[in-house]
Amino acid sequence: MSQVETQPMNATLVKGYGPGEAPTWDFYSKCIHCGLCLNACPTYRELGVEMDSPRGRIYQMIQVERGRLPLAKSFVEHIDLCLDCRSCETACPSGVEYGRLVEAARGQIEKYYRRPLLESALRKFFFHFLLPHRRRLEFAGRVLRFYQRSGLEALTRALLKPFPGRLADVARLAPRMERPFFTERLGTVVPAVGTRRHCVAFFAGCIANLSFARLNEATVRVLAQNGCEVVIPRDQGCCGALHVHAGIRDLARDLARRNLDAFLAEDFDAIITNAAGCGSVLKEYPLLFEKEQPEELERARAFSSRVKDVTEFLAGIEFNREMGAIKARATYQDPCHLSHAQRIRTAPRKLLAAVPGLELVELKESEICCGSAGVYNVAHNEMAERLLAGKMRRVDETGADLILTANPGCLLQLRAGVAGSKSRHRRVMHVVELLDEAYSLRSGHTA
Amino acid sequence: MKSFTRELIRLVGRDAVLWRPEDLMLYEYDGLSSLRQPDAVVLPTTTDHVVGIVKFAAREKVPVVARGAGTGLSGGAVTPEGGILIGFSRMKKILEIDLENQRARIQPGVVNLDLSLAVSDQGYFYAPDPSSQKACTIGGNVAENSGGPHTLAYGVTTNHVLGLEVVLPGGEVIHTGAAHWGRPGYDLTGLIVGSEGTLGIVTEITVRLMRKPEAVKTLLAVYDRVLDATRTVAAITARGITPAALEMMDGFTLRAVEDATHAGYPKDSAAVLLIEVEGLLENVEEESDQIEAVCREDHARDVRRAKSNEERELLWRGRKNAFGAIGRISPSYYVQDGVIPRTRLPEMLEFIAGVAEKYKLQIGNIFHAGDGNLHPLLMFDARDEAQHQRVLKAAREIMAKCAEMGGSITGEHGVGIEKNELMPLIFSPDDLDAMRKVKSVFNPAGEFNPAKLLPSGKMCGELRVQVSAGA
Ligand SMILES: Cc1cc2nc3c(=O)[nH]c(=O)nc-3n(C[C@H](O)[C@H](O)[C@H](O)COP(=O)(O)OP(=O)(O)OC[C@H]3O[C@@H](n4cnc5c(N)ncnc54)[C@H](O)[C@@H]3O)c2cc1C
Ligand code: SF4
Ligand code: SF4
Repeated sequence: MSQVETQPMNATLVKGYGPGEAPTWDFYSKCIHCGLCLNACPTYRELGVEMDSPRGRIYQMIQVERGRLPLAKSFVEHIDLCLDCRSCETACPSGVEYGRLVEAARGQIEKYYRRPLLESALRKFFFHFLLPHRRRLEFAGRVLRFYQRSGLEALTRALLKPFPGRLADVARLAPRMERPFFTERLGTVVPAVGTRRHCVAFFAGCIANLSFARLNEATVRVLAQNGCEVVIPRDQGCCGALHVHAGIRDLARDLARRNLDAFLAEDFDAIITNAAGCGSVLKEYPLLFEKEQPEELERARAFSSRVKDVTEFLAGIEFNREMGAIKARATYQDPCHLSHAQRIRTAPRKLLAAVPGLELVELKESEICCGSAGVYNVAHNEMAERLLAGKMRRVDETGADLILTANPGCLLQLRAGVAGSKSRHRRVMHVVELLDEAYSLRSGHTA
Repeated sequence: MKSFTRELIRLVGRDAVLWRPEDLMLYEYDGLSSLRQPDAVVLPTTTDHVVGIVKFAAREKVPVVARGAGTGLSGGAVTPEGGILIGFSRMKKILEIDLENQRARIQPGVVNLDLSLAVSDQGYFYAPDPSSQKACTIGGNVAENSGGPHTLAYGVTTNHVLGLEVVLPGGEVIHTGAAHWGRPGYDLTGLIVGSEGTLGIVTEITVRLMRKPEAVKTLLAVYDRVLDATRTVAAITARGITPAALEMMDGFTLRAVEDATHAGYPKDSAAVLLIEVEGLLENVEEESDQIEAVCREDHARDVRRAKSNEERELLWRGRKNAFGAIGRISPSYYVQDGVIPRTRLPEMLEFIAGVAEKYKLQIGNIFHAGDGNLHPLLMFDARDEAQHQRVLKAAREIMAKCAEMGGSITGEHGVGIEKNELMPLIFSPDDLDAMRKVKSVFNPAGEFNPAKLLPSGKMCGELRVQVSAGA
């Protein structure tokens, strides 16, 4: 893939937005400043200030356009602190497409705001150097895996402990690298178990290939158990969700192009992902191409119309109900990018209701972000920790010993929550991992 | 940083004071309008904080305005004369839940729906249900004496407030009412509820909790003519049936709502009534049958009953999101809030249609029909100043008509800065004078929420709305 260098121009704007995608009247004028979104916004709930509310963030975007507010530190801080969780979209009666607005605003920040040196270097390394490149990612994964298993990690943690600040907290969040990496499976086809009823493509992600290899394996097995022949296209890559959230739109577009090529080569019934964060961006690829060639926009639309979250896909077919019993008291946390961005709430619950023995207790405020939000928990660790603490209190109320969700990022975050809590026996699983377990219990061999 | 700011920081902490212009800018608006920004925003967490701020403001002789969630629709939470804005977004603890006595003691920043959520597992709820209940604070509800669709059966906020803790302009803390009935003397609680923050700042509220009814039935009656729907409203009550809620939406509004929420409102109809009955299981069935019969007599094309809780919630979600749904089709709207005797609904609807024609405006109608509380929605584009002026004139005419019919210029959104100059439409000079006297007892210097509720006499008979720029 040719890497387009999206060098921030860093031209300091005098007033308003610069050329390129920006929040525009057509979209922000839908906001009638009614405030109905306030209590749905995790950052407003925590901080109680208008600047960190959806209504306030939109107002700030408007004031920047009008030249009343500079595209500078204050604006950037409040836009950065947004989780892009899209909870405000669910709450908004007026149909404001907040995700679109904030992502455009971040595009402007990326282009026209000069971040501090270290931050800017880290962003460059992570978003430009690492994520888009499978080889480099794998290499980094191997190094990290060695680090985690050799005892070095424990040592580092012990060393970090006496330091003030959040280094130790952040270090705790590094995903565990699994063995073998799922990258080995790219380019293979997994046959359906029994009659083949669907031919689907599996979107494997980028970091997920390394740190959620087992989840990916489980997803493929569950799909196969449901009559799917599962193709895992070799040339796929990072979906660009983190780039879109960070405002790095040109690079996101290039990553999207790579996936359009990889997945449009064949005519699949569906393109399936187990990551809600990836899924929501995959479904929104057309937004990246609105100002590009019409043919590309068409291709993006063709691609996106096929993308399905794994829970959405399974709940939409006559799914295999031959499952062994799993006796547990469970609760389900709605991933933001599933429930708000993709509006999928009943599908996972429908699947869970089919698992014999499982007692599902509804989690109050399950639609409020757990603080994971992509790399948010690293960049804004303090806010993320506050949200996680609130989440764990709600989990405690349910008395559940099994926490289910449907997005790798949330799994990481919730696991960190369990590890830091008194009830460390609680398991945290993806819905498909639970299905996988239920299927294997039925067919008698372990997963 | 001004010494003014430094003093506030000393009182409540650095983290609880906003003073930079780029932050204050975000407090120049509420649900209605955008106006002048405050000189400082303070976010207290305790009554002591509030007392400190109020005393300081009194010394400095600056206005004090309280703010809940800023969902108010009459400009109550903005600072037309600057001053200190006390935001209650961080004062949101539920202090005590006493189910045996069906009451809760809360801080004013508790969000209306959060209180119900906290007691729902035990089978209780907090009854006043403004459509903004997922965001608005109970402190704001108290100030506005808010109601909602279920006001018909349960009454408004004042019927559910047992007692208050209030900070007066001199910094005195008073306790009104009691956790139980029967406290002699003046009903100060009743006086403070609905006073829109002009008499005191509420720092603690004791509310009544209700037991959820055994059964609830929700009916949707669909009409081909608006007039038929309005007739049904009067007919239902004439038969001695009191539903828990009786809401009406016209075709224009329900189409926007349907597009927004997919709640199942038939888009080809001219009007719908959303009717709810609740109580004991057998009564509910019987009442539903009676209501259905009345609707059919008035030519309802269809009467549907929600079959599941989800269906019921979906219908309500549609209704509660109605104002917002209008935001999808019109860049700005101005929602009116008038009250008329419900028997005159048909006549009023015709009048509104005439006004719409006269001023070349699109007006949607959504009513708490059971209470005769109208919410005409006047649509416009804020960039078009001429159209904006026509909207204000049209709204003014509708208000005058409400007053003429023996109704009111506000049912639940309050007077604020929007309608204070219209108060003489419904109150005599003597009435207003009595109110001024009450105000001067509590708030003699007029520093609490100035320029609101009562007419200044400067802009006689005008509606004041400056719709927020760009939204
Ligand atoms: C979409 C939408 C639908 C609505 N539907 C309804 C409805 O169905 N019924 C209804 O009644 N209203 C409705 N409203 C209006 C509004 O939500 C209510 O008036 C609500 O009570 C305001 O609460 P708030 O917390 O947002 O208060 P704010 O808007 O912040 O403040 C309102 C007033 O209360 C005062 N105040 C706030 N807190 C205190 C305090 N602690 N002590 C003293 N004064 C205080 C303020 O100074 C101000 O005058 C709706 C608004 C919107 C945007
Ligand atoms: S996306 Fe989430 S964090 Fe951002 S404004 Fe909306 S609700 Fe708040
Ligand atoms: S709910 Fe929607 S319209 Fe209302 S303030 Fe929030 S974003 Fe704006």
